[in-house]
Amino acid sequence: MLNDADLAAIAITLKLAATTTLILLLLGTPFAWWLAHTRWRYKFMLEAVVALPLVLPPTVLGFYLLVALGPQGPVGGLLEHLGGQPLVFTFTGLVIGSVLYSMPFVVQPLQGAFASIGPRPMEVAATLRASPLDRFFTVAVPLARSGFLTAAVLGFAHTVGEFGVVLMIGGNIPGQTQVLSIAIYDHVEVLEYGHAHWLSGGLLLASFLMLMAVYALNRRFSLVRP
Amino acid sequence: MSIQIRFKIDRGEFVLDVDMEIPDRGITAVFGPSGCGKTTLLRAIAGLEPCHDGYLRVGEMLWQDGAFFVPPHKRPLGYVFQEASLFAHLNVCRNLEYGIKRVPASQRRVSLHKAIELLGIGPLLEHTAGQLSGGERQRVAIARALAVSPGILLMDEPLAALDQARKQEILPYLESLHDEFDIPVIYVSHSQDEVARLADHLVLLEAGRVRATGPIGEMLTRLDLPLAYGNDAEALIEAVVAGHDDEYDLTLLDFSGGRFTVSRHDLPVGHPVRVRVIARDVSLTLEHQSGTSILNIFPATIEEITPAGSAQMMIKLMSGDVTLLARVTRKSASVLDLKPGKLVYAQAKSVALLS
Repeated sequence: MLNDADLAAIAITLKLAATTTLILLLLGTPFAWWLAHTRWRYKFMLEAVVALPLVLPPTVLGFYLLVALGPQGPVGGLLEHLGGQPLVFTFTGLVIGSVLYSMPFVVQPLQGAFASIGPRPMEVAATLRASPLDRFFTVAVPLARSGFLTAAVLGFAHTVGEFGVVLMIGGNIPGQTQVLSIAIYDHVEVLEYGHAHWLSGGLLLASFLMLMAVYALNRRFSLVRP
Repeated sequence: MSIQIRFKIDRGEFVLDVDMEIPDRGITAVFGPSGCGKTTLLRAIAGLEPCHDGYLRVGEMLWQDGAFFVPPHKRPLGYVFQEASLFAHLNVCRNLEYGIKRVPASQRRVSLHKAIELLGIGPLLEHTAGQLSGGERQRVAIARALAVSPGILLMDEPLAALDQARKQEILPYLESLHDEFDIPVIYVSHSQDEVARLADHLVLLEAGRVRATGPIGEMLTRLDLPLAYGNDAEALIEAVVAGHDDEYDLTLLDFSGGRFTVSRHDLPVGHPVRVRVIARDVSLTLEHQSGTSILNIFPATIEEITPAGSAQMMIKLMSGDVTLLARVTRKSASVLDLKPGKLVYAQAKSVALLS
């Protein structure tokens, strides 16, 4: 069945996915709101950047992150200069990579949900004395709840499923940066099919359940809408 | 006090350029064809429409003066949109409470209870927006706007999205607004019927500019404005119930030019009413007719005559200090030798009570 390294990989994976999802919701919500409402003529360029991880091989993203975060890279070098440690082969490095890698899965559903609300409910709230922040939390967020649910689950599930980026910048250190997908790869490499089965099957089932929950809940949300 | 409005909004293909002063009491209708800028004007008053060149003072409150701009949520106004726009995630009760919760208790002058009662939505409080009919939704939206105790109520064609039956359902509620609340209302509409029923004051908007403004009765009978030339050209007369004729089931209404006789309405003597006389229902005679079925005949003096199309003339009459309109053929005008100053008898074939 599962050995200690497998359990550690599961724990690290869940921790990574939860941290990434939380950061993405915090940063992605204002960003998605801005994208949904700005009339800036070059916003399409930012939208393209957000969507890049959808089409790029994860190894490309991982490669650039490795270069940037490594001791010789701009970010890693700066950190080292300031007396810190480079971020490659650390959990923090993984979080940074995952945030970039899963960004479209969080930002796009949120942007779509915000855009579909339209300007009217916010205008109504304004005429009912709600300040911009007040109406954002009491009108926009509740009306976009299906978008938030989709964003959170997709961001989480996609981070759980990442492989290439982690492989490039994570270093596959058991108990520190070894995540599930890589643990499975390692098991298969040494022909431990039993372990690979347990982990793969579990991941398959968990992902299926999460997605099913999203679609079922979104269906319910769309039913209560007028 | 009054409401002073000056806006200049340039959208390239459309320019709104208004500069006007309207009374800060009663219902002021902003009337004009679709696309004349009525909604833009109303949104600018609410602060919802970006406008960098404007001045707006409502009574003693300055809301905009060039760069000085009070954001919409800090303006004590109520706004009813064309579509009810209830919050889909809240039930009726919570929709109503949304605004009230944000108004300091010391500024609440309209009780939620009264707004609910006036609009007749008590039984709907637990429903969601999706469970309501269009008319019910709009009534909730009106109550929601009233419940914030607005210093001014802005209504953007609140009946336009409804069918005729729903309109008739809501109109009485709007009429009662007038009597129950001392809140000035700016009411945007392209329906002359609604305007005639509700408004005290009229702003006529044409292609983004104010063509004319004035009291409703005066505006409808001005022969230099297009209002007097539509098929429904009409005069509005303020009258009071003088009594009832029990034998024939009629109600008698007094105005300064005489007495109207209409079908019975159960209203107390002395009750003020607004009466509509459509121009095409008024005919003119030189002598007082006796052998006629028409009950409403008044002596009147011709004030003004203008052509209305090639075959007809629009005639403005004064009866007492009340203005009437009559539409007659050019031939009749010529045969009777109608001209300003001439004394005639106006026969109104039908007279409608509006409130």
